[in-house]
Order: sequence, then structure tokens, then C-alpha cells
Amino acid sequence: MTDITPFLKDLLTAPGLSGYEDPAAEIISAKWKPLVHEISRGRLGSLHGLRRGTGTSPRPSVMVATHMDAIGLMVTGIVDGFVRLTQVGGVDPRVLPGTLVMVYATGAGGRRAIPGVVVQPPVHLLPPEIGQNPVPLEYLFVDTGLPPRKVAELIHVGDVISYAQPPVELSGETIAGHTLDNRASVAALTVCLEELLSRPHVWDVWAVATTQEEIGMIGAIGSTFELCPTIAIAVDVTFAKGPGASDWQTSSLGKGPTLCMGPNIHPAMHKAMKDLADRLEIPYGLEYAPRHTGTDGYATQVTAEGIPTLVLGIPLRYMHTPVEVVAIKDIQRAGRLMAEFIAGLTPDFVEKITWDD
Amino acid sequence: MPTIGNAQLKLLEKLCNACAVSGDEGEVRKIVLEELKGHAEDVRVDALGNVLVTRAGSGKKRLKVMLSAHMDEVGFMLVTDDGEGLFRFETVGGIDIRQLPGKAVLIGKDHLPGVIGARPIHLTTIEERKQKIPLDALRIDIGPGGGKVKPGDRATFATRFQRNGPVLIAKAFDNRLGVVTLLELVKNAPANIDLLAAFTVQEEIGMRGAKVAAYTFNPDLAIVVDATPANDLPGWDDEENDSFNTKLGLGPAIYIADGNTLSDPRLVRHLSETAQAEGIPVQFRQPGGGGTDAGAIHKARSGVPSVSVSVPHRYSHTAASIARLDDWKNTLTLLHAALRRLTPELLASERG
Repeated sequence: MTDITPFLKDLLTAPGLSGYEDPAAEIISAKWKPLVHEISRGRLGSLHGLRRGTGTSPRPSVMVATHMDAIGLMVTGIVDGFVRLTQVGGVDPRVLPGTLVMVYATGAGGRRAIPGVVVQPPVHLLPPEIGQNPVPLEYLFVDTGLPPRKVAELIHVGDVISYAQPPVELSGETIAGHTLDNRASVAALTVCLEELLSRPHVWDVWAVATTQEEIGMIGAIGSTFELCPTIAIAVDVTFAKGPGASDWQTSSLGKGPTLCMGPNIHPAMHKAMKDLADRLEIPYGLEYAPRHTGTDGYATQVTAEGIPTLVLGIPLRYMHTPVEVVAIKDIQRAGRLMAEFIAGLTPDFVEKITWDD
Repeated sequence: MPTIGNAQLKLLEKLCNACAVSGDEGEVRKIVLEELKGHAEDVRVDALGNVLVTRAGSGKKRLKVMLSAHMDEVGFMLVTDDGEGLFRFETVGGIDIRQLPGKAVLIGKDHLPGVIGARPIHLTTIEERKQKIPLDALRIDIGPGGGKVKPGDRATFATRFQRNGPVLIAKAFDNRLGVVTLLELVKNAPANIDLLAAFTVQEEIGMRGAKVAAYTFNPDLAIVVDATPANDLPGWDDEENDSFNTKLGLGPAIYIADGNTLSDPRLVRHLSETAQAEGIPVQFRQPGGGGTDAGAIHKARSGVPSVSVSVPHRYSHTAASIARLDDWKNTLTLLHAALRRLTPELLASERG
């Protein structure tokens, strides 16, 4: 198995907020080109890679959806050279003060990346009731340090702002950085595609890096309809146990991917994957999603006539902060497990996806 | 004449990227001692860890001028090993704990990386998000593999120095801007004075290094070189912000009064006249709270006429501060010119 870390680090360093995924899509496309037979972009920007199966046409197909978009911030206005903000996706403003960011400016100076910092103004420049409490997003700024005239010229309302925390390798083969949600899963799908190079598979495989998941699985809705797969697997990060996270919604970091169960997931698909993991002795955790999984699987399941869907999770600490943490092993295991699952798909597999009532 | 070119920028980068929390200043001390090689013969490290440098001048009737810049920065100390690579920690120096969640840190001499995370927003309630995350809910996480880290180790923000044209972004501009400026002044010491340079420890926890350094030097006067906040942001209600301390881009900030020290008016006048004569932009820090090593130095022995000059910078004591190259250049130019123009007559003049 090749080391996926350098690719993941590249991907973490690229911007790609929801709706503005091109920089991430380019990196993924370059990596996938040798791994798939065809590659294209969907109408809402998702990247579609096709690996043709060995079965006779028309072949069934499995779509693996990993969203490539990132949460972040957006410029709403400029006051004396300081940038006012709103959020793209779910951001807890309490992690923002002092955070390094990159403003992707599109003003009169053309496209350019400008480094900046999220600023929590001093107490006397805020409404008195805030005091020592967290400062709401509407009162935070991004400061680039540039003179006000320059800022007004370069930065435009609507410009996107990404976290700029560089990826950091931590002990125990873990990695910290922003946007590991969900570039970690893109990396897992890449591991899967690399494995499939030497593993014949009957089914067609649609490797999909979806857009706009963070604001409502938008890319997955369009791509699933367009590709119309026989079954779908959504891979997304899930809450890892760690400081501030220990309840039933959390899984252990580094102890394998999670197999999610709940209404978004077809129980027969879940059972097939679980039996496979047991047989291969690939460690995994069980994750319970009593309602919405909060993944692309929510969209794939209800596309067209309905598509049997499976959700795989990669445990991640500190979700939606600039220092999310995942275990590289969990990425590799998720990739390998998917490759084994896909290689094992028989022409009649879909007939086995039944309701065992 | 001292200048700021690539060599000085590289040195500032090295100093800002170094980790030297109050009481554990070794990494910056090592850089300072290395830089001083060949520039000063009398270099000592005292009982607290201050670096004390004397460069004697050559003229007659020389003033003994103490210049002081603190080497330490605010940061953290690990205090409890919770296992699996998670550590409880305490803050050292004035840190707003609202600045901590979501930051990367470096621990100990080997700069082992870690992160301070936060509960995922998905698992928080609206009520919870109205409260700041208490320090005892935060951990430094070095990864489940553990490593050569133990309680007692210091940690700092991991931010690496970067430059975007006129803009500098880094941690610890307070006070590596002062340290790098003082290093250049020692290397280019004017001959009309005896320059007594103190690179001090423990400023952030009560100016403790400066106290003993001033006693040792017993100077005629002292100038403290530090970095001070520029709170020049717009207010929330569009009212004019008339409480900004200093503003970025207006040049070095001369202190008239801070929370600990009334600057000697003769020294304030001398700096002001120097700036005017040399055409160097300066600003006067708004009199108010805060303080520098001058707070300890001016009370040493029988008292030392003192003043402070700071490089203005935004967001002191956070993971990422912002400064402008020109403010630093002008600080260095002002201080060098002021030293060149110093004569014993200054202290004989009226205080005003």
C-alpha cells in the first residue's frame, strides 16, 4: 500500500470551500487520472471518475461519494481595511480568534491569496454585554495587515476565506489540520482506487468527489441522479472520542473506520460490509445514526427511485476546527475495506439486497 | 548605521519561531548569544538567565545607557498527563483563553507538535456556545502515540513567521521585535556612550529579569525596547475608536506613562527631538495601563531615568500578531539616532 500522507497533505493545503471546490478538484483529478478510465465534472462541480468493471455491459455500478468541499468563511463587508465575515458551513465562532486564514481575493487586483488573521476586537470596542464572553461572528474581523486603501481595492464582498493552519503530523500516525473533514475520506477513496488497480472487479466504479456537502449535500444530489448507480457508499468523517467528546455518538480514533447503521443505510449493505470486515479481520467500529447521518448518504438514498446506500465513517477529533485530527491507519483501512467490498461484488449482488423481514 | 535587510528579516523569523516561555528562555538566549559573537567582548548570563552585554564607547564623559529587551513570551506549561497523548495545561503570562481553541502548539525543546482542539460544533448546544470554553475543558493533544513530553514542559503557539510585502505575521512579536532591534543596536553601538544591553527573562510574569539586570548594570539612564498593542480597530457601533493605544504604520511608540512607569520627561523630549531632527515618524503611546521592563528598571538602586519605545503591533499575546516592516525599521532608526545624540548634558537639563 502506498503512503497516502503526502497526497492528503497536498489536499489539506488547497482551498475549496463549498461552491468553490476547483482547487481541490484539480489536485484530486491529477491523482485519480491514472487510477480511472474516464474523469469529468458534474453539472454542480463534483468530480466523477469511472473505473470500468469486467462484467458484460450493461454492468451494475457502485458510486463512492466523498465530499471535497470545506467549511470556511466569506467576506460580507469591509470597514477601515478590516473584513467582516459570515460562515460557509457550520463554524463555532469560539475557535476563530487568532486563527490564521487565507483570503481568496477577487477584487480589482485580480485573483490572489492574501494571508490574514481572525481578530477578536478588544473588549472596549465591542457591545458592553459581551465582556469576557465569546465574541459572536458578526463582531469578528479578518485582518490582512494591509492599508485600508489596498484592502478595498483587492478584496471583494463574497470572497471566500479558508483556514490556513498547515497540516501537522502528530504521534501515533495521526495528522492534524483543517478540512480533514472530508479530505480524509477523499484520501480513503484514493487508497481504494489504488488497490483496485490490481484487483479485478465486475462492477463499474464511480469515484465521486462531491461538492457543497457542508451546506446540504448539493453536489451528491446532482451526481447521484446523473450517474444513477446501482448502489452507493458515502464516506465521511465521524466524531472520534477525545477531549469534549465521549458519548454514544463518538468512536475510537485509530481503531478502524465505522460502519454506520440507521435509516439512511440499507441493512443488507451494512451486513455485507460488516461480514466482510469480520472475515478480513479489518478492525471497525459500529456507529449509530438514528436519524440523518449528516453525510452524502442522506442524498444518495433518495435519488430517483431510491438507491441502496451504505455509510462509512472515519473517526476524527475536533470536527470543523482548524486542527481536526485523524489516524492515517483508519484512512487506509477504510480504503482497503471498500476495495475488498467492490472486488467482491458479484453480478447478482444487487439481488441480495433484500428486506430480511 | 544599522539597517533592516534580508539578514535581519531572517533573524526576526528565527526569533519569532523560537519557543521561549517565561522561565524557559533558553532557545532565544542561545540565538542571542550566537548573534553577539564577534560584536561584544563582555557578554554574561546572570543568575536568572538574563544576557548582559557591555559595549564600552570611546569618547570622553560617556553616559552608561541601559537598553533592555525581554526575550520571553507568553505561553503554556503542561501540568497533568491524562494519558493517550492528552495533557492539561496552564497559561503563562497574560493570555485570553478565548484565543486557545483550534490552535496548533509546539512543546519543549524539540518543538514536538500538538493541538488544542474543541468539541465539534455539532455536539454543542446554543447555550453552550454562549459560554467561553473553560481552560479545564481544553487539552494539548500530541496524538495517541504519546512522545517525549511531560508535565513541566512549556508550549507555545506553533504559528510560523510569514511576510506579505509590508506586512509581517508571526507569534511573539512581543518581544522578538525588541530583541532583534536591540541585537542590531549592539552590533552598531555608537561610540559616544557605554551601551549596556540586557536581554531579559520573565518580563511577562512581572519584569523579574529586568529588576536584577538594572541592579547589576547600575546605569545612568535606561531605554526599554518592547512591542506594544495597536488596538486601532473600528468599534462595533461606528463610533470613533479613541482608545487605540497605538496605530499600525505611524512609527515607533514613545511611552509617556504606562501602568507602572512615568517616563523621564527629558528622555521623552530627547526621543521626540531626535525624531523631528532626523525626519523619523513617531507616535506617542496613549498614556494608560500596560507596562514594560521600565517598571522594574526605573526603581532599581537609587532610581534610573527611564523611557520605553515599542514597535506597534496588533493582537499581542495571541497565536498570530501583525506588524509592519516600516514601523520596525523606524524604531531601529530612531533608537540609533537617539543614542548617537545622547550627551551627559541631557540629564542636567530641566525635567519640565
